[in-house]
Amino acid sequence: MAVASRHRSIIPGFGLTLGFTIMYLSLIVLIPLSTLYFKAATLSWSEFWHTVASARALAAYRLSFGASALAASINTIFGLLAAWVLVRYRFPGKALVDAVVDLPFALPTAVAGISLTALYAPTGLLGRRFEAGGIKIAYAYPGVVVALTFIGLPFVVRTLQPVLRDLNPEIEEAAASLGATRRQTFLKVLFPLIFPAALTGFTLAFARALGEYGSVVFISGNMPMRTEIVPLLIMTKLEEYDYAGATALAVSMLAISFTLLLCINLLQWWTRRQQHSGLWPSQ
Amino acid sequence: MRTFWPTPLRKTEKACKGKGISLFAKGRLFIVAAAVLSGLTAGSGHAADLELLNVSYDPTRELYQEFNRVFCEHWKSETGQEVTVRQSHGGAGKQARAVIDGLEADVVTLALAYDVDAISEKAGLIPEDWQSRLPNNSCPYTSTIVFLVRKGNPKDIRDWPDLAKPGVAVITPNPKTSGGARWNYLAAWGYALKQWDGDASKARDLVARIYKNVPVLDTGARGSTTTFLRGIGDVFISWENEALLAVNKLGKDQFEIVVPSISIRAEPPVTVIDKNADKHGARNVAQAYLEFLYTEEGQAICAKHYYRPALASVAAKYASQFPNVELFSIEELFEGWDVAQKTHFAEGGTFDQIYQPTR
Repeated sequence: MAVASRHRSIIPGFGLTLGFTIMYLSLIVLIPLSTLYFKAATLSWSEFWHTVASARALAAYRLSFGASALAASINTIFGLLAAWVLVRYRFPGKALVDAVVDLPFALPTAVAGISLTALYAPTGLLGRRFEAGGIKIAYAYPGVVVALTFIGLPFVVRTLQPVLRDLNPEIEEAAASLGATRRQTFLKVLFPLIFPAALTGFTLAFARALGEYGSVVFISGNMPMRTEIVPLLIMTKLEEYDYAGATALAVSMLAISFTLLLCINLLQWWTRRQQHSGLWPSQ
Repeated sequence: MRTFWPTPLRKTEKACKGKGISLFAKGRLFIVAAAVLSGLTAGSGHAADLELLNVSYDPTRELYQEFNRVFCEHWKSETGQEVTVRQSHGGAGKQARAVIDGLEADVVTLALAYDVDAISEKAGLIPEDWQSRLPNNSCPYTSTIVFLVRKGNPKDIRDWPDLAKPGVAVITPNPKTSGGARWNYLAAWGYALKQWDGDASKARDLVARIYKNVPVLDTGARGSTTTFLRGIGDVFISWENEALLAVNKLGKDQFEIVVPSISIRAEPPVTVIDKNADKHGARNVAQAYLEFLYTEEGQAICAKHYYRPALASVAAKYASQFPNVELFSIEELFEGWDVAQKTHFAEGGTFDQIYQPTR
């Protein structure tokens, strides 16, 4: 009894809120996803394997995961830069720039896909110039990355902004007064502090990019084996009334995504532990 | 200790949900909303007020806009009842799936019989022999597949083999995601069969070479139109009605229509969805709606919107609009949709084989 009461939280309502959380998660996430599993389970193992490991599906996984990771990486670097500028400096029109960051959230992705394609198509304003240099953007791999970068940007910026805002300038001053160069201050002092949040931003942008359909189908050209993303392959299966095949692909994609996200979370947990154990500066 | 789950995330999630709706579900959601709404109004309104939901495919938008207006007037003068027709448009496969999943369409007017067969087979909403219930295989209008080329026909496209020449960029949607594009594929295949005495290997070779010339496979017909209008590609394989619309609406100074020597008769069928219409008490009006498509008045509207009318008298009147082409039907060369689908578009079919890596 005494043990139990010692562990009781000071904040009331734990049972109720946890119950609600689990119910909510079940209704919104777990139950819909479990129907996926049941639908896919109507396939035999060999059918399932044949669907998810066909040459075409493998090419699509490579494209979807590769391009998403690349786009999320680009966003992490330039999103960090953008967040830094928005937090650290004052300049005219800052509020406007800040608002522009959110546009990819608000824009229907099909619209984004169409405008990006218009711009980067071989006949488009930018695409023409790239084409002259022998680089194909729309209807090729780079086009997919461009679209995924577009939709992922706000995730990184909005994740990093509050963290950067909370950074205490005194830390940098202390580093400088102890003789650290600017480069050292950034790499040894600031970066470790930003890293976990950057990783979160990366994860969100990556996960968002994996599921993206609307914008990519316009710009990718949808060539089998080359520029076909997994969500398109799933749509194709649905178009054939092959619900089981579609869900098989979805399940495999879900499994890979979940594993990757779990790994990233573990990495994050590990870096935070490192910080708290004192190897990295903690706050 | 700080949590790295920053607060703006809440904002993020909300934004995502908003975007999810606008993605692709929007059309569908709207349809569902419209269906719900129509259900509500049908229940609460006057018994005399009728509503029909016509679930159709993409390029029939303009046709049914006009047809619905005329039909409503016609119905009012015949019976005194007010009838409202709601329209829903989208890719044929997606539309059929919506009906299977419970969108309560009273009639469907889709791009190919295969999708209507699916409604019968998967949902049991209509009898198996639905296609024999109305004249002309339940197709009040037909179309065919032609080529749209740039003004002056700079690549000198005359017939199907010209599409397979090196250096010609062909625009056509992915036949796996676009029902309409399956007609394109089969038209090319059928041409080859007719030309070379049913030699399937020659047909396969021609079609493979044509698709090797396709730089962009859009998911739907309207997407491909956009791509072609954007200046990509030399030739756009298109339904005749779409091609005529493009030329007449977008200017004769930009495009030309080239009619191949042989093409397919594209037959977009219509049918009453029995179980839904009965449930809404709209069976009579739904039946009359489709039958009105076959009347002289209805046929003229179809022809006006560049569909080839079934009625001989109207066809004669609009004959100048439609060039003479040798047409074959899908039954004639492909034993109907079931077989065609399995042979060509199912997993591992001839279309997939074109893109199999050759190693």
